[in-house]
Amino acid sequence: MSTVAESVPPKGGFSFDLCRRNEMLVQKGLKQPSFLKTGTTIVGLIFQDGVILGADTRATEGPIVADKNCEKIHYMAPNIYCCGAGTAADTEAVTDMVSSQLKLHRYHTGRESRVVTALTLLKSHLFSYQGYVSAALVLGGVDVTGPHLHTIYPHGSTDTLPFATMGSGSLAAMAVFESKYREGLTRDEGVKLVAEAICSGIFNDLGSGSNVDICVITKGKKEYLRNYMLPNPRTYVSEKGYSFAKKTEVLLTKITPLKELVEVVEGGDAMEE
Amino acid sequence: MNLADSTPAMNTLLGSEADSQRTLYPYVTGTSVVGIKYKDGILLAADMGGSYGSTLRYKTVERLKPVGKHSIIGASGEISDFQEIMRYLDELILYDNMWDDGNSLGPKEVHNYLTRMMYNRRNKFNPLWNSLVLGGVKNGQKYLGTVSMIGVHYEDNHVATGFGNHLARPILRDEWHENLTFEEGVKLLEKCMRVLLYRDRSAVNKLQIAKITEAGVTISQPYSLKTFWDFSAFKNPTVGAEGSW
Repeated sequence: MSTVAESVPPKGGFSFDLCRRNEMLVQKGLKQPSFLKTGTTIVGLIFQDGVILGADTRATEGPIVADKNCEKIHYMAPNIYCCGAGTAADTEAVTDMVSSQLKLHRYHTGRESRVVTALTLLKSHLFSYQGYVSAALVLGGVDVTGPHLHTIYPHGSTDTLPFATMGSGSLAAMAVFESKYREGLTRDEGVKLVAEAICSGIFNDLGSGSNVDICVITKGKKEYLRNYMLPNPRTYVSEKGYSFAKKTEVLLTKITPLKELVEVVEGGDAMEE
Repeated sequence: MNLADSTPAMNTLLGSEADSQRTLYPYVTGTSVVGIKYKDGILLAADMGGSYGSTLRYKTVERLKPVGKHSIIGASGEISDFQEIMRYLDELILYDNMWDDGNSLGPKEVHNYLTRMMYNRRNKFNPLWNSLVLGGVKNGQKYLGTVSMIGVHYEDNHVATGFGNHLARPILRDEWHENLTFEEGVKLLEKCMRVLLYRDRSAVNKLQIAKITEAGVTISQPYSLKTFWDFSAFKNPTVGAEGSW
């Protein structure tokens, strides 16, 4: 079996080969590496001219905030964006991968990408990995057929909804949406509602925090409002500034231009092929 | 640490015959209770559902009850344990009345009694499987508190149990303010109960609202909330991609 493995291309889907070895190692006392999760609040809603996506900006590693201001709204196509919750690496990788596939498809067809294309590519990838790719996504965009909003679960199921929330803060955000959403919102009303829902997640859920990112997608136009709201500013900054303790002495400051150390031979032999 | 080595008394506490005497899991359960303080007193809301696992078995369970002259209690969790708690509370109020001293137990005292009871049962590994909301008014002072099945207790301007913690608390934190009128209070509670109806699988569309003021207790007749299902995306979710879902 081992001699064949190198030349055969991977069949796709999850390979369970290493599972037994991992279990054996855990039994022997190995601590499995933890992963960076984005305990998160991500939301999307459809308003009269298109789609608005929103996300918080906290990335957690267990009880610690690993990134205070990460970006959870990922680019898929000029008219399609995707928010990701779950394991940060999984959401990044899967959205990057499908974004590239969409670009190749656009070159191939010469047309603007459709949201259902991104949806099908994402869901078939996630399904083939049987939920091990821990990415929960809110996909939204406007294409020739109109505005679309979908949620995609780690096991590969999808929903088409007028408003959606995912992540650990989804219940807090959904409470806001269920009580205040109606059809035919204007852009400003929609942005306000999305910001309110994300703030509800930020302040009521421990896995979400920091700032609010918003992305408004309409026909032919998108506005990526990074850090639209900063409801958690750093309230105290020392006026005196920070100085070194008296005992620290700066001994020497010397700037060595790097080029002097490198010998560049002009007109030398060409590099070996 | 080997359990077999411990004394016989310890053994029977955790032995198999003693298991039938301890609560291990709940059977018939009620879902969330939401409570707020308003201008004249306290408002509690709870639906009337009693679920048996994933079946909706009982649809006329009254989960809001008056306690004495000054308090109302709302319970989520195991219904039989709630009925037991009501028996204890009735006994408590009876003994208090028998003193006939012109004083009666207020909501703070009843809350404390419930806390001690829940915590003591939890310490014996035989909990009353409930999350309780206790509200009342005495001598113009409004009181709203909650006790969980392990004895965690606190008082606040707005409380919720179960799913209400995740779905109703965010709304209440945003929209509650001092001196709500009765109509505003009921509207706020209905907003929370509607979200719970949409998003909690064990909720039923039949709720009661209980009001307590200095004047007394009123528990409303059961009624239902209006829901909205006419979003265009619900009617035609696969527009733009026929055959998908």
